[in-house]
Amino acid sequence: MILGVSYDLLRWEERNLIDEAKKSGNKVIPLFTKDITFLSSEDASYQEIEAIIQRNTSHSRASATSMLFETYGFKVFNDSLTLNRCENKLLTTFLLRSRGVPVPRTAIAFSRERALEIAGKLGYPVVIKPIEGSWGRMVARAQDEDTLRSLIEYQEFTTLQYKTIFYVQEYVNKPDRDIRIFVIGDEAPVGIYRENSKNWKTNTALGAVAKPLKIDEELRELALKVKEVIGGFFLGIDVFEDKERGYLVGEVNGVPEYKNTVRVNQFNVSGFLLNKLTEVIKK
Amino acid sequence: MLIRSIMVSLKCPVCGGEVQVDDNALPGEIVEHDCGAQLEVYSDHGRLSLRLAEQIGEDWGE
Repeated sequence: MILGVSYDLLRWEERNLIDEAKKSGNKVIPLFTKDITFLSSEDASYQEIEAIIQRNTSHSRASATSMLFETYGFKVFNDSLTLNRCENKLLTTFLLRSRGVPVPRTAIAFSRERALEIAGKLGYPVVIKPIEGSWGRMVARAQDEDTLRSLIEYQEFTTLQYKTIFYVQEYVNKPDRDIRIFVIGDEAPVGIYRENSKNWKTNTALGAVAKPLKIDEELRELALKVKEVIGGFFLGIDVFEDKERGYLVGEVNGVPEYKNTVRVNQFNVSGFLLNKLTEVIKK
Repeated sequence: MLIRSIMVSLKCPVCGGEVQVDDNALPGEIVEHDCGAQLEVYSDHGRLSLRLAEQIGEDWGE
């Protein structure tokens, strides 16, 4: 297979993916986004590429390059539609909800007054999240209305694209961990618990410790259902464990990081991904 | 087969000091220099070069 890897920062994952692809006899064409241009009057370079794996760290670069490559007829994994569904939390949550996937109770409001009103209906504590964002950035918990009012005000004075849309969610009283499960192609083969007893935010970027995940049938089915709704080929799905309701899907990541998953599970994510991709390309 | 990597010597754009970079390095690779600078490998008309790494952006993540 001739594989393009679209990226803007060469992290462990991108290097590993390139090395594994070469090791299994594929030709790899690194597509460093900052060096790439598209000219409407010309055809794209590298016509021979059979598949492009999207690995940009910047959401806007990921979405834009997936979109552009698609218009030139390349097969891109993940495609731009999937990326947009993942990057926009409002879209993720409400798409999942519409198809019966369990999600935390979430409210969307377009003014400060309505956001405070609906947060009261959810019941404190609540969590406020930017519509787009990652690594737990600007995700904050409000114990009461006074705190939420301040957090809303902070959001209104940011430069965020969606600063006037308020995404307020119930605080799920989960154990000191959440779940990151990966969907690769048509399987959900691996995942991790992300444990943090000192911070309710369980992003590994914020110090959570990765532990191997035991995948039961219910969790596997849930992950595959999420893929059916969101689309895509390679997803990192964040799941909360609620004592009464069971699994609740928090977020879906379209360019997931997996260094810690590989380390604690001794599972070759890049290799698995490349095998699945080869199957799809051959079809 | 043992693959030996060859190191190339580049200049730190911050302190001017010498930075050893693997000649297999790809654009976008991050190199930390002794002076504390975080540098990004890029291709300057086909030659490996270094510039200050981009700061974490508002839209960065997974």
